Amino acid sequence: MKYLFFSGCVTPQKENMYELSLRKVSQKIGIELIDLDRTNCCGFFVEPVDYQASVVLGARNLAIMDEQGLDAVTPCPACFGHLTRVRSTLLENDELRKTVNQELKEVGKTFVGSSRMKHFMGVLVQDVGIERIKTTMSRPLSKLKVAPHYGCHLLKPSSEVHLDNPEDPKLLDSLIEATGTECLDYSEKGLCCGSSAMNVDRNLSTKITKTKMDSVEKSGADAIVTVCPACHVHFDLTANAILKEKHDIPVLHYTQLLGLAQGFSPQELGLYENRVPVDKILELIES
Amino acid sequence: MSDEKITAVDPTFKYEIARIPGGESIKFCFQCGKCEATCPIRRFDDKYRPAQIIRAAILGLRESVLSSKMIWMCAVCFSCTERCPQGVKFTDIMRTIRNIAVREGYIDPFFQQLSNVIAETGRIFPYTAFLDELRSDLGLSPMNTHNCQEMVRLLDRARRRAQSKRSPAAQARINESSQNKGGR
Repeated sequence: MKYLFFSGCVTPQKENMYELSLRKVSQKIGIELIDLDRTNCCGFFVEPVDYQASVVLGARNLAIMDEQGLDAVTPCPACFGHLTRVRSTLLENDELRKTVNQELKEVGKTFVGSSRMKHFMGVLVQDVGIERIKTTMSRPLSKLKVAPHYGCHLLKPSSEVHLDNPEDPKLLDSLIEATGTECLDYSEKGLCCGSSAMNVDRNLSTKITKTKMDSVEKSGADAIVTVCPACHVHFDLTANAILKEKHDIPVLHYTQLLGLAQGFSPQELGLYENRVPVDKILELIES
Repeated sequence: MSDEKITAVDPTFKYEIARIPGGESIKFCFQCGKCEATCPIRRFDDKYRPAQIIRAAILGLRESVLSSKMIWMCAVCFSCTERCPQGVKFTDIMRTIRNIAVREGYIDPFFQQLSNVIAETGRIFPYTAFLDELRSDLGLSPMNTHNCQEMVRLLDRARRRAQSKRSPAAQARINESSQNKGGR
């Protein structure tokens, strides 16, 4: 199983432990990752200012993937969502595709649309399969209870990303349960992390984050489990800068949880890079 | 958008939006308000009224929509798009309205700054050697950033294209807002 690896911007800047743990679990499962060079911003954040430019940037990344003749995988739901939407829009809209390919001539590229951008969670569930993932476990984490956080862009808009039903998602739940960990339901499971609201107003973001964290706390979870680098940095770092009362709930990337169940050490998974200390989790696992 | 009386409308505004890729579905909104019941921003800040933006745009309150701070509050979470019973792609319409607003010189300082960084560096966060030191400590390979120039070139073309289409009034607004830096 072979994929191109597209890191996006946030992961290498702030969440190296995500990439590190993703590489470790990939190795264990037998997923080969080939670094995609010459890629840059996926284009998502250019959308509000200039949609056509954001499509051109997305199409350039997709054109590089086309040249390599392989699908790509990313840890970032925003990159996954943007490049998935750009690809389908360009395949459906001949006029826009012509305009975009005219622009890409400037840098000697052509968008064909043969390669897709996948999210790592999609690869785990759809391409590898839960049963095969279970065979890679060496340390079932039966003493842990965690709260899953899906975020916004992994599942929405479902008419375009086709991963799971955002109204009642099971994808991350099933991946968590595969490690032997108890996956908790909580009232604010569907609420966003509050990170995007920081662009609008910090108080607004604080209100969203507090509602989310209170609900997670009430559920009795030992940790939150995320699939998005931006949600992770928000819960793990920003939340404790903006909330009046600090929280001490560890925030794990799903790949860190899976890596623990596969027997990797905390160092190998970058767990000491997390800002909220994870000692409680490690004690529970070893007890 | 405020409570002032409506004295001038531009009924072609909705067609202007609908002509742009992503704006097509604006015509199908029947004002049920499900977007507002769903929106996480609206839930915590009642100043934000997504259905009102659509209504005002359909009515033709062009200037009032484009100059509104409200259009910059959408978190692009797609919750409303997911649940709209009429298939209105609100998130895409919001993007379309923002793009027109930018063209007319109503630029939100945060998004302007972010797009400037991407235009100059090809990434949201500029690359630094320190970043690679941190990565190397963890055994991760250095970031391959040697060809950001292609990205920068494409964005420069986009910027020049946008500039050539800008009206004198829009240019004046941009000049004014770049003098009053600081934003919100």
